[in-house]
Amino acid sequence: MINLVPSQKMNEVKASINNLAKGMLRPIARKYDENEHEYPKELDMFRSIKIMGGGKKKKKEGEEPKKDEKPAAKKLGTNLSTVISIEEMCWGDAGLLLSLPNAGLGNAAIAAVATEEQHERFGNKWAAMAITEPGSGSDSGSITATAVLDGDEWVLNGEKIFVTCADRCDVVVVWATIDKKAGKAGIKSFIVEKDREGFKLEKLEHKLGIRASDTGTFVLSDCRIPKNNLLGSAEVKSATEGFKGVMKTFDNTRPLVASMALGIARAAIDFTREKIEESGIKLDYTKNPNNISSLEKEFYLLEANLDAMRLLTWRAAWMADNQEFNNLEASMSKAKAGRYGTLITQKCCELLGPLGFTQEYLAEKWMRDSKIMDIFEGTGQIQHLIVARNVLEFSSKQLR
Amino acid sequence: MEEREFSFGLSEEQRTMKETVARLIKDVVADNAHDMDEKKAIPADFIQKVWELGATISVIPEDFGGYGMDYSPIMNAIILEELAYGDMALAVASTLPSMFLYPILEMGTDDQKKKYLPLYCDATFKPCTIAINEPRFRFDPVSMETKAEKKGGSYVINGKKCFVPMAKDAGHMLVAADVSGKPSLFIVAKDNPGVKLGEREKNLGIYALESYPVTFENCEVPAADMLGGDNGCNFEAFLQKTRTGLCAIGTGVSRASFEYARDYSKERVQFGEPIASRQSVAFMIAEMAYEVDGMRLLTWKAASMLEAGMDAKRESYLAKLFAGDMTMKITDYGVQVLGGHGYVRDHPVERFYRNGRGIAILEGMATV
Repeated sequence: MINLVPSQKMNEVKASINNLAKGMLRPIARKYDENEHEYPKELDMFRSIKIMGGGKKKKKEGEEPKKDEKPAAKKLGTNLSTVISIEEMCWGDAGLLLSLPNAGLGNAAIAAVATEEQHERFGNKWAAMAITEPGSGSDSGSITATAVLDGDEWVLNGEKIFVTCADRCDVVVVWATIDKKAGKAGIKSFIVEKDREGFKLEKLEHKLGIRASDTGTFVLSDCRIPKNNLLGSAEVKSATEGFKGVMKTFDNTRPLVASMALGIARAAIDFTREKIEESGIKLDYTKNPNNISSLEKEFYLLEANLDAMRLLTWRAAWMADNQEFNNLEASMSKAKAGRYGTLITQKCCELLGPLGFTQEYLAEKWMRDSKIMDIFEGTGQIQHLIVARNVLEFSSKQLR
Repeated sequence: MEEREFSFGLSEEQRTMKETVARLIKDVVADNAHDMDEKKAIPADFIQKVWELGATISVIPEDFGGYGMDYSPIMNAIILEELAYGDMALAVASTLPSMFLYPILEMGTDDQKKKYLPLYCDATFKPCTIAINEPRFRFDPVSMETKAEKKGGSYVINGKKCFVPMAKDAGHMLVAADVSGKPSLFIVAKDNPGVKLGEREKNLGIYALESYPVTFENCEVPAADMLGGDNGCNFEAFLQKTRTGLCAIGTGVSRASFEYARDYSKERVQFGEPIASRQSVAFMIAEMAYEVDGMRLLTWKAASMLEAGMDAKRESYLAKLFAGDMTMKITDYGVQVLGGHGYVRDHPVERFYRNGRGIAILEGMATV
């Protein structure tokens, strides 16, 4: 039965994570925006706290997931709980959330597909993810980094850019092709330890926003890793199953990025509301929008869009928790949140006037931070393509 | 009260009702919406068929002639969206009695309930209506120019109203008027000598829905007919429900435009391929899709809060602001995707565009 009033449990998660974000992230947000590339040592305390998805429960061999186990009325699903938490953390600071130790995208990949033995070796490592190349962005099936088996070792060659946590991580999950002719099916991921010979952190980027998060370029030149550092199966399937599997994980991660956009946009909206109210304007949600000032009306529209972003995001997460296929809804949430997160933070700066342009406050930073949410984990354009293909029932050939 | 599970899923009952209304709309409206619009009339049997669903009177207690079922703003929002998806004029007309009955049910005195509810809980649709909008610049339901003054045992109403649906045939109307700075509602019989109906209005949209300007000239009503009695009613709560109702209608109209444009763009071939194969068109379709969903979720959020007995002032206000803006954008896209064909009246998107303009402007056309 439809009920969109947040449960007690949801409100509790929100309140407790908000406390954490307020106390731990917000106070150091400006510091690490200014000191790009410096490791936020204050985050070490998070090594024992799981925010992103609660980590991986070790699956015992032969144990089947209980499918028809319905969540009890008051139980909160992992995906919904995670998007609520991420919104609060990013309300504190998005760059810092992306810098939480041992919570890299690579960790998610290891958690999802690693063997028991790999869990043992890499479970406690901080793992980054390296997919993008200078010539391969949204079209991740076109990567050119190669891996060739030589005896008991894989030999990797190529260049990887835009790797989050590049400097701080212990290991990197690198995407490379073991058979170019096989196309997407030939793409595999490999765990590369930072100290391997031939594996070099070439440079760290200087970015528009999320400067607390380090982003870097790796070069692999005849980098040798053990055979069993390949994540998952080495077999090249004729179909593109493996690649599809990777793409499917995006259905879970896209609402997470949408909730990051939500958190930043809400931070901007909360600050703007504070300033509006300080100026003596009472936001009463009553009068005909034509009988209020343009500032009030614009502010209300930002709030309405923020609420719409949140509901679309929560729906995608709720569906994942209920084992419903959410490819369309996940992309809807990110398309809307990526775009409107950007617009909201821009507009807040405008409404704030000089307070939105000075570095004395964080509004200008939120405008910079938010922009990445419409870019990484699938750009806004890619999200629109996915939504359009879904509702038009078009293949990727019919709508390119 | 037991906490209800947070959920985006329709219950069996909600799904069944949604499907029932959708089927009815498909059978009844089918291709007739265009004709209704051109002829500026809704056939009486169409309204009667929707009325026979019993949705409006189902929540009226049996003592007053209803079925005594649970009152559910969420269910009402689901029904309104489906009706408006078929035709906005039919949606407003066929649920019009709820605009009169629900406020009495929720805020009326015992005498008012006893006297008025049974009049319209009939197997046959009998129009009763509501007069809230005023024909003036910067109209605002929270500061009305229609005034009611207490004189002895009566109130005397003076002022002008517009967009009063089906006023000609309505037996009664709820009239929104200001009583010393406080918005209030009055139950007024249509044959009250102080009620003067003007000529049927000609509007931008919802042609099929008859509506009239109504002037109140020293219209005297017994004090007992002020909704809620001496202390008046909770006008704010009333607005929350009507605003949410309009959002449900906006969702239905927007969805109709989205689906029509989506299907058209797959069939319309230019440069040797469907226009939907072009990103410039496909991205518009994608945007329409998620904004329709966003509008529906904002509507359901406000309705969920109302259903839980919470104050939904902020949520209903923001939902209506969003729906007003977004319905315009989506129905505009609908016309744009069809190009010149969207501009001619052979396709319904031009009607959706005209009708959609009403969501931001009108107040009190539907309620949850």
